[in-house]
This record gives sequence, C-alpha cells and structure tokens, in this order.
Amino acid sequence: MTRSSLLAAAGIVALLTACDDGTPSPPVYGANPPLPEQQQGLLPSMKIAKPANWGDRKPTVPEGFTVTAIATDLGIPRQTLVLPNGDILVAEGRGGSAPPLRPKDLIAGIIKAKGTTSVPSGNRITLLRDADGDGNYEERTVFADQLNAPYGLAFANGQIYVANQDALVRFPYRDGQTRAEGPPEKVTDLPAYINHHWTKSLAASPDGRFLYVGIGSNSNITERGMPAEADRAMVWEIDARTGAHRPYATGLRNPTALAIQPGTGTLWAVVNERDELGPNLVPDYLTSVREGGFYGWPYSYWGQNVDPRAQPQKPELVAAAIKPDYALGSHVAALGVAFSSPVMGERFADGVFVGEHGSWNRSVPSGYKVIFVPFRDGAPAGDPVEVVTGFMGEDGNTYGRPVGVTVDPKGALIVADDLSNTVWRVAVTDRSPSAEGPADLGSATTDGNGSSN
Amino acid sequence: MVAIVDHARPARAIHPLHAVLLAASLPLFLGGLLCDIAYSRSFEIQWSNFAAWLIVGGMVFAGVSLLWAFIDLFRAGRRRGRGLAYFVLLFITVALGLVNAFVHARDAWGVMPEGLILSAAVAVTALLATWFGFSSFRMGLRMGDTR
Repeated sequence: MTRSSLLAAAGIVALLTACDDGTPSPPVYGANPPLPEQQQGLLPSMKIAKPANWGDRKPTVPEGFTVTAIATDLGIPRQTLVLPNGDILVAEGRGGSAPPLRPKDLIAGIIKAKGTTSVPSGNRITLLRDADGDGNYEERTVFADQLNAPYGLAFANGQIYVANQDALVRFPYRDGQTRAEGPPEKVTDLPAYINHHWTKSLAASPDGRFLYVGIGSNSNITERGMPAEADRAMVWEIDARTGAHRPYATGLRNPTALAIQPGTGTLWAVVNERDELGPNLVPDYLTSVREGGFYGWPYSYWGQNVDPRAQPQKPELVAAAIKPDYALGSHVAALGVAFSSPVMGERFADGVFVGEHGSWNRSVPSGYKVIFVPFRDGAPAGDPVEVVTGFMGEDGNTYGRPVGVTVDPKGALIVADDLSNTVWRVAVTDRSPSAEGPADLGSATTDGNGSSN
Repeated sequence: MVAIVDHARPARAIHPLHAVLLAASLPLFLGGLLCDIAYSRSFEIQWSNFAAWLIVGGMVFAGVSLLWAFIDLFRAGRRRGRGLAYFVLLFITVALGLVNAFVHARDAWGVMPEGLILSAAVAVTALLATWFGFSSFRMGLRMGDTR
C-alpha cells in the first residue's frame, strides 16, 4: 500500500479489507524462483489452521506405500532419529519464551496459538521399538525426560546427541537400550536468549568429529533489535570432543533442519525465510551450506534482494550473499529434511524428503505436506513430488502438521506430526525390483545414520 | 443585568471525565511522535516499541472521547456548530490513529516512513480536536439550548 493511498483512505472498514493481498499464486519451486514486488499491507495476511481430529482419516500417500500411526498422544513430536537397531527416537516439546514486546505480539500470539496443539510440552525423548519387524511399534518407553524443549537428534561416536533449546547434550548409548542411564552430559550451551525461533536443529559429520547446530534468528526481521541477533541465524560447527564452536555459515534466518548428504558429506539445510512481504515472498529454501557462507538475513534475501526493513543496511554483506540452491515456495515452513536412499523405491531413490509445517502468513495456505525433491548428480533437479498429503482437508480443517522427516533404512519414511501429536510411518509396500538388492539395503543403513536430523 | 450575567457565564462546561479522557490522548500521541522521531534518527528499536504502545494508549482515550462527543452531538440540540467540528476532528484523529497503529505493527524499519508521517498528522489533529473540544462547550451555547 502506497503512502498516498494510505493517507487518503478514510473509511476504517475499507482499510481493513484493502489489505487482502489478492490472489496468491501457488508456491514456486526451483533454483530461480520469480520474486514479485514486496507488499506490506496494513495487517499481515493471517490464515490460521483450524485443527480437527483425524478420526478415521489418514494422510494420503502414493501408490505402493502404506501409512500407519506408530505412536499417538505424544507431547508435541518434532524430530525423529532411527538408531542402528531400528529403534526410533522422538524428540517432544515446545520451546521459546519470547515476551510480547508490542501490542501486535500480544494479538498475533493469541491468533497463532489457535493453529497449534494445546497439549503441554513433553520435554522428553520417547523410544519406539518394533521388535518383530512387522511395522507395528509395540514397545514404547521414555528414553529420557526433563529435557528443555529437545529438537535436533543425531547418533555418532556411540552417543545420542540432543539439541535442547538451550544446550547441546549427549547420552552414552549401547545397542538395545530403551532408557538413558542417567541425566545427559552437556557438550556446550547454545544461544537461548529470548529464543524467538527456539528450535535447534542438529546433524553430525560423517566421521563424528563435528556436530552442526542450526540456530534461528530472534525475530522476523530484526524487530527485537540487532543486539538480540548475536549468535543467531547461523549454523554452528561444534567440536564433538571439546564442545568448542565456530560459526559455519551465517545469514540463514531459521535453519530448521540439517542433513548430511550421503557420499559427499556435504551439509544441507532447509531454511524458513522472512514474513510480511506478501504471499509470494520470501521463498523458504533447501540449500547446501557452504562453509563461511553468508545467506542474506537480515539485509537481503535470495542473493541481493534488499529487505529495507533491516536498517542500517550493510551493502558489503548484501554483495556477498549467496543464492540458495532450491526454492520450496513462500511460507511453506519447511521443518524437516532427510536424504532418501534406494530403499524408498525407484521413484524416490535419489533426493530429499522435506516436511512442510504449513503457512500462516498467506490467505491461500501453502505447505501442510511432505514433498520429495529429486536430485541428479548430487543436486536438486526438477519439480518436487508430493509424498504425504491430506494434512489439510478440503473441508478447511487441518488434521496434522508435518515436522521432522527421517528415512528408515528398512524402507519407510518417519513423519512427526506436531498438531495431532502422532508419528506416522510411510512404508514401501511395492518396491521396484531395482531397489531390492541387499547391497542397496546395506549402503542405505549407513546413509540413514549419517543423515538423521 | 441578569441577561448579561447569563450570557457571560459558561453555558455548560465539558464534563470533567470527558475532559480528562480528551486531554489524556494528546500527550500519548505526542509521545508516539517523539518516539518515532527518535527511532528514525537512531535505528534503536525500543523507541519504535514505545511508539506502538503510546499510540494504542492514545487510541483508547481518543476512542472513548469520540463516543462521548458523538452522544453530545445529539444532546447539543440545534446549535451544535463547534461541537460538530470537535467531533469531526476527533473522528479524523481516531481514523488516522487506527491506521497508524496498524502501520506500527509492521516489523523493524517497515514502520518507516509512513509511521512517522502518520504520527505527526495524528498529533496535529489531536491538538486541534482538544482545542475545539475544550472551547466548544464554553462558547456559543447557552444553558437553555441543551436542557
């Protein structure tokens, strides 16, 4: 809305309706997404999910797959990890304690809370076991509790690493264990002041020497001030032995999930971009994370597109900003990423799965599904494929919201759903012949451990 | 003699509570403007937060005053000249103030420059509305007109 039209507008009702942003186009994907003009309405467009129970419904999966709920009534499941023996760990909790600073924060907080679960934060890690391998996870134990909003999970060096919202901790693990032997040992503190974006994503380097922790910004676009952004919007590389850290890449607004690419060992991330620039800005993205790279936040997005809301600007940083690899669409809220392997069938053998929690800042919702981004020669190639859908029904109700995705080397995709507090298992039933060899399965096991997030 | 006294006396003073409400909005809107100026010169975000709250505070008092002024319009009977001017000015203040409150809900520098311009406009219209508000009841009306 221009200044002149703003000042000319007299009727309050007319003003309130004038901020609708027209017809948003569907999310745009790929390496070169169109980036429309920035729009700042009088009110941000808010379309909040209307939660409903699944009942007899289930998410929709492609032909050749079945979907089952392997755990329900959890305490807000976020990310999962498949252990070498096939047991699944689920990190449960809700973090963040950002106090409302403005009248807007009070109102938006109340509205947004309507689209999320109301159960208390689990603050624990649950272990799920399928002892007989029939796909039914009959055993469920609390592996560890009294954690502080655990999110990222990784297995390396015989340890289970957990990224709480305020610290990276580790539990020693021996095969078959269903409960941690005691409280965890702290590897290092993580930035936790305010914790506007509280989730701490986690991945371990293939050799286990380093842990990578994704730390989200403390605001949408610096509205809590730049001092609050110290050590935020970046990925830390942490020495697993000493706990010493350094920024590995910066300017990543909210790197909500990390994964190591099998074979190359490259770190990849899904990143949630800034809001309130219109329904088709700014695309959330999937990218390989370059060591020392700067990805724009807060000064610019998708390379050199300046965001005037971040002042004073830093032109030298904008000039150095890296364009991400692959746009996932604006406001989709990608919160999970996992590299696939041939166990997922020929169609999904090479690429990544991405869990999209779904939009709030858009009159036509986007996300609310799990997609597959096909890769060729180690890089994204082609349009994404919908894998798990039906989280938002045609009836306008929202039954679930996907978060973390993990590939189970037995041939399944594990999807955490933090609205219905369920963990879904999307299992391959009709695998194409090319993916069935034992050699494929063997290599997939290694990949599965390395790429867990 | 009697007629002269009647004419010189205030016909009907502004109700004390109405006066408090009306007078309270002016310093809040003025404070909002000063905070916006401070933010625009310093990039210090806390000034913008202060401005947002001060504008909401000003809106609460101005909004109730507007309702009161609206009711007074009807109670004023035939001769409502300055009372109407007061009402219109206060209406403009509240309308611009509402837009300004929404503009101040934008993040960081997204408030600028619209927020600063609107804060200045609202401060001016609030001053004029207060001026007319306090004078409209003192002049031009006689007791007999309203009772």
